[in-house]
Amino acid sequence: MTQTPEHAGATAEVEAYLRAQEDKTLLRFITCGSVDDGKSTLLGRLLYDCQLLFEDQLASLENDSARFGTTGSGNLDLALLVDGLAAEREQGITIDVAYRFFTTDRRKFIVADTPGHEQYTRNMATGASTAEAAVLLADARKGVLTQTRRHSYIVSLLGIRHLVLAVNKMDLVDWDRETFERISADYRAFAARLGIDAVTCIPVSALTGDNVTAASERMPWYDGPTLLGYLEGVDVERDLRAGPFRMPVQWVNRPNLDFRGFSGTVAGGEVRVGEPLVVLPAGKRSTLARIVTMDGERERAGAGEAVTLVLDDEIDVSRGDLIAGAEARPEVADQFAAHLVWMDEQPLLPGRPYLLRTATAALNAQVTEIKHKVNVNTLEQTAAKHLALNDVAVCNLALDRAVPFDPYVDNRETGAFVLVDRISNATVGCGMIDFALRRAANIHHHAMEIDKSARAAAKGQKPCVLWFTGLSGAGKSTVADLVEQRLHAMGRHTMTLDGDNVRHGLNRDLGFTAEDRVENIRRVAEVARLMVEAGLIVCVSFISPFRSERRLARERLDDGEFLEVFVDADLDTCEARDPKGLYKKARAGEIPNFTGIGSPYEPPEAPELRLDANGSDPETLAEQVVELLAARGVI
Amino acid sequence: MSYQTHLQRLEAESIHIMREVAAQFRNPVMLYSIGKDSSVMLHLALKAFYPSKPPFPLLHVDTTWKFREMVAFRDRRAAELGLDLLVHINQEGVAQGIGPFTHGSAVHTDVMKTQSLKQALDLYGFDAAFGGARRDEEKSRAKERVFSFRTRSHRWDPKNQRPELWNLYNGRINKGESIRVFPLSNWTELDIWQYIYQEEIPVVPLYFAAPRPVVERDGALIMVDDERMPLAPGERPEARMVRFRTLGCYPLTGAVESSAQTLPEIIREMLLARTSERQGRVIDQDAGASMEAKKQEGYF
Repeated sequence: MTQTPEHAGATAEVEAYLRAQEDKTLLRFITCGSVDDGKSTLLGRLLYDCQLLFEDQLASLENDSARFGTTGSGNLDLALLVDGLAAEREQGITIDVAYRFFTTDRRKFIVADTPGHEQYTRNMATGASTAEAAVLLADARKGVLTQTRRHSYIVSLLGIRHLVLAVNKMDLVDWDRETFERISADYRAFAARLGIDAVTCIPVSALTGDNVTAASERMPWYDGPTLLGYLEGVDVERDLRAGPFRMPVQWVNRPNLDFRGFSGTVAGGEVRVGEPLVVLPAGKRSTLARIVTMDGERERAGAGEAVTLVLDDEIDVSRGDLIAGAEARPEVADQFAAHLVWMDEQPLLPGRPYLLRTATAALNAQVTEIKHKVNVNTLEQTAAKHLALNDVAVCNLALDRAVPFDPYVDNRETGAFVLVDRISNATVGCGMIDFALRRAANIHHHAMEIDKSARAAAKGQKPCVLWFTGLSGAGKSTVADLVEQRLHAMGRHTMTLDGDNVRHGLNRDLGFTAEDRVENIRRVAEVARLMVEAGLIVCVSFISPFRSERRLARERLDDGEFLEVFVDADLDTCEARDPKGLYKKARAGEIPNFTGIGSPYEPPEAPELRLDANGSDPETLAEQVVELLAARGVI
Repeated sequence: MSYQTHLQRLEAESIHIMREVAAQFRNPVMLYSIGKDSSVMLHLALKAFYPSKPPFPLLHVDTTWKFREMVAFRDRRAAELGLDLLVHINQEGVAQGIGPFTHGSAVHTDVMKTQSLKQALDLYGFDAAFGGARRDEEKSRAKERVFSFRTRSHRWDPKNQRPELWNLYNGRINKGESIRVFPLSNWTELDIWQYIYQEEIPVVPLYFAAPRPVVERDGALIMVDDERMPLAPGERPEARMVRFRTLGCYPLTGAVESSAQTLPEIIREMLLARTSERQGRVIDQDAGASMEAKKQEGYF
């Protein structure tokens, strides 16, 4: 029947209510447990107690209880509130992921309700992927079972850090404290093995409602939060906000020629107008000019917000790129190790191409190696040639191009991917990236029919290598870039090899130990040599700290083809500039073997050119290099 | 920086979904049913692509039995916003004279709504269609994906849905197949009204109480919106203070008596509601799983 509000009072009352609701936050959580643990009953209890059941829903519930109920006539079967599809209701089990909603004055809750049957690991992974907290059920009479462990493993695999063990059916063990404490201790010991330390154990009875929304009078020995109290209070957003800035570009926003924005949802950290950014995988740098929304321009944007960013220059950015803070960049790789959950009836076969979808990019990928399967019940590792439905495994993957990513433990949005079958288009697997693989790339050799001088003659130029060496931040790449622009404008055929760029591709498998630095320069020297063979003027911009490797590079070329340019800036100057934030990290001990701090730089003894890079204008320095080329007869 | 509120998070999620559709599909469309959920969905689309306009048209499947105020509101909004509005009517149904009074609600809904929608999707070759359905509306919807795959014949297979993880939506389809997209999946009726209030989103005036001519049939108050409504002998429309909690075809949409003339009053009424919103829809009062059956056939 209709309510008849008293107009003025009603309006004021509702406006007060709405104001109170303005600060309400959102929590997404997952409930896991078996059919028998009373999971659906617990969820029904939460919905029921939060008084979100409208009267006609209650009425139809009473009808359904008479037909399908398992709690005996006369009692409401709360589980029927949350079991959805008709076929399932007749089987008496939940077979998919269902989403439920309820609200209190403090929080709105979205609950992923997933089944407890072994064959449905994939559904649990699905529900867990968007959950920020997990509620696991254990039957007080049975304690921690195999399936409790399985659910805990999947929850930890999917990166949920806030976990509740609800020890249910306390009414059936006479509200016994020792029973609860024994189960809690068992469980904490197990969770510690999974690296989950934030576990809260709560003794409840879903049937009677004890400790679900109101503190139990029958368990006065328990002084922790109720289940609802925990869910209302747990802080799940702090970690996301604290991380480095990430925004995958979803859509390029171009309403007209005067506006070019990049739309996406911030996947981590926050950003302010004026801050330096880098666009990956290309690695182009820019600065944030504007944050545009229909509600007005913003000064900053944080994790979870859907915004449109405008950069202060016209660099090329498209869907699939990741915009990140310049100081804490994500990794870029085309091979990585990941945990996979296989979700399809057709097995996963190593070597078969699948479509891999990350936060925005979609590209071809294959599993190159199944390192091992993980038995989700025992956590044992076993060898495998293929993966079947609901298998969990650690795999190596190779992609057909490099993508930017973060390890999943650092960022659930930029570290996750799904695999799609290229023929059926079904989503067949999901993955959580562990780390990039650093392994040798194949370098292909070509038979040479036409020699270096012939190629150079066709270009009307004399090939050479300009080898820019100096500390990080000295300005090598800036000067090299300007030199190349000038040469290009003169119609010369050029190429630039940049330290950072090559490390993202050719040398992505190398680290920064002395051995790796040697190998890094050896490879670059070889590539530069091939480019000279091709008749190009090659700008090489590498720190290249060791004399012996620079000499090696010189010796790979003919006389006069190697021009060493020492970009000479003091360590203090470079550290003050710190364009990539690397010195700061190195000083903080985060980058071992950083040149100038943890690792030496050996200045050239007889460079072809020394540039004073402490204060001079890069244009002037570039001009000196061009003059050198002219003097040497290169141009 | 303070955390996002629940409405801000819902808004951001919906915007994210809409941008994914714009980026992944060749020819998307937004089904615009003129109701409050459609109003919110349209508002979110304006936000998602600002300062661009939404890069897809709106489609209204007109059964020819909508409230006149709905049609007027639809045309006014599309004109104000400068959006491309497509209106599709099943002309075969019109030629056969299909209507709720002559053929009953089941036949009328099937021919003028479900079949008509499929006609329109095929006619324009849309590969993705936004709908304003929410998971909280009805039990079978709770398991619906955000990106919901439909076969060439527009069927939904609840047993064979694509797993949907994180915010990674799989929009890959073969020619002729399509995806229904539900950007409001995680909104509840209360969220919708709070958002309309907070964002000052225009809605059809039928949601607000006013004196309207109604007759009482099978316990439902049906508004006499035009002369096509046949009256039984002795049946006479009387002006009562009523409003609508959901909007559809006027002969199939029951009014509730109410004096709620402002949004806060509507929200208050809803908070105190003794009947949930779909009860006003005559179409849903079938056996328990009827919505699931309709969805499998292609109903939104």
